[in-house]
Amino acid sequence: MGDSSYRTPLSRARGLGSAHDGVARFISERATSVALVPLSLWAIYGALKISHAGYAGATAFLQSPVNAVLAVLLIAVTALHMKMGMQVIIEDYVHQPRSKIPALLLNSAVCWLAGALGVFSILKVALLGAGAH
Amino acid sequence: MVEFALPKNSKITKGKHHAAPEGAKQVKTFKVYRYDPETDENPRWDTYDVAVDQCGPMVLDAVLHIKNTMDPTLAFRRSCREGVCGSCAFNIGGRNTLACTHAWKDIPGKEISISPLPHMPVVKDLVPDLTLFFAQYESIEPWLHTDTPEPQKEWVQSPQDRVKIDGLYECILCACCSTSCPSYWWNQEKYLGPAALLQAYRWLADSRDESTGERLDYLEDPFKLYRCHTIMNCAQVCPKGLNPAKAIASIKAMLVDRVV
Repeated sequence: MGDSSYRTPLSRARGLGSAHDGVARFISERATSVALVPLSLWAIYGALKISHAGYAGATAFLQSPVNAVLAVLLIAVTALHMKMGMQVIIEDYVHQPRSKIPALLLNSAVCWLAGALGVFSILKVALLGAGAH
Repeated sequence: MVEFALPKNSKITKGKHHAAPEGAKQVKTFKVYRYDPETDENPRWDTYDVAVDQCGPMVLDAVLHIKNTMDPTLAFRRSCREGVCGSCAFNIGGRNTLACTHAWKDIPGKEISISPLPHMPVVKDLVPDLTLFFAQYESIEPWLHTDTPEPQKEWVQSPQDRVKIDGLYECILCACCSTSCPSYWWNQEKYLGPAALLQAYRWLADSRDESTGERLDYLEDPFKLYRCHTIMNCAQVCPKGLNPAKAIASIKAMLVDRVV
């Protein structure tokens, strides 16, 4: 039904065979989730702390090496996790290669760009301090 | 893209109403999906006022009553009428289950809707085309694989190892689980679905099988296995009380075990 060719049902079920891929992605999805638990708790702590500290306090917060490293990790891991999550959603719902491949590329671009911008901004404040242009 | 709305030729229209015979004491209305491939007409909902005091307690009893006394044109599959063959799986009251083991009294609402298993091609009325579903089952090679020369008698298995396939071997392949799974709806050409994966694990968990690695190789695929997002509809609807989602999680755990 729906398939007018003479392919057998078994050939249809096997399709292109196994990609022998997926377990690494499965582990990365879970590893990034676990990593984001402490990083997110730290992010809440950081947000509360700088909410009363003003501009100078916020830049001083990010100039601490520990805070700068954690902030870079938070942004990088979040971007990676976001990319993998959105990729699964696109694969679930978009089936035509002419829309799926651009969607996957756009997803990668947006997530990498967001991650790179975030990391760059943190490093700029952490290394060059407030007011650097 | 995913089809969130029915295609034009699948939109369901209002169908015929079949009134209860005079003198019926207790009447229950069944709203049944009808589709005839030999006409160009769209599918329709026919309603039947069934004199349930004259039929047995199960939904299948009511459906057989409709076919025998009200409308012989209704097509559906049934065989054992006791939850063993897996033929009479329909979507009943919005939920996939076996008509033969589900009492009509237990279905809430004024009307009881009965339609074919969701998101499958319809052959006629309540009969879905399950060709791909069974081919997917075949693709996981549901038989014992061994390289060791066959023993003189049977392949032996300890009681402890035998217990490991409890909750797996009981599957009757009714397709309630796979056709309740949104991942299977959207990607059934590539995702094996809960029923085939439960059976794949049944052979992975069998201590006598010698091709665990090859079986895992076949399953390790972003679509064949990893389209399972633990939605759990499969476990909710299984009329045999099995848990395909748990079996799929076990396959994923085995694949992690291989690399970690």
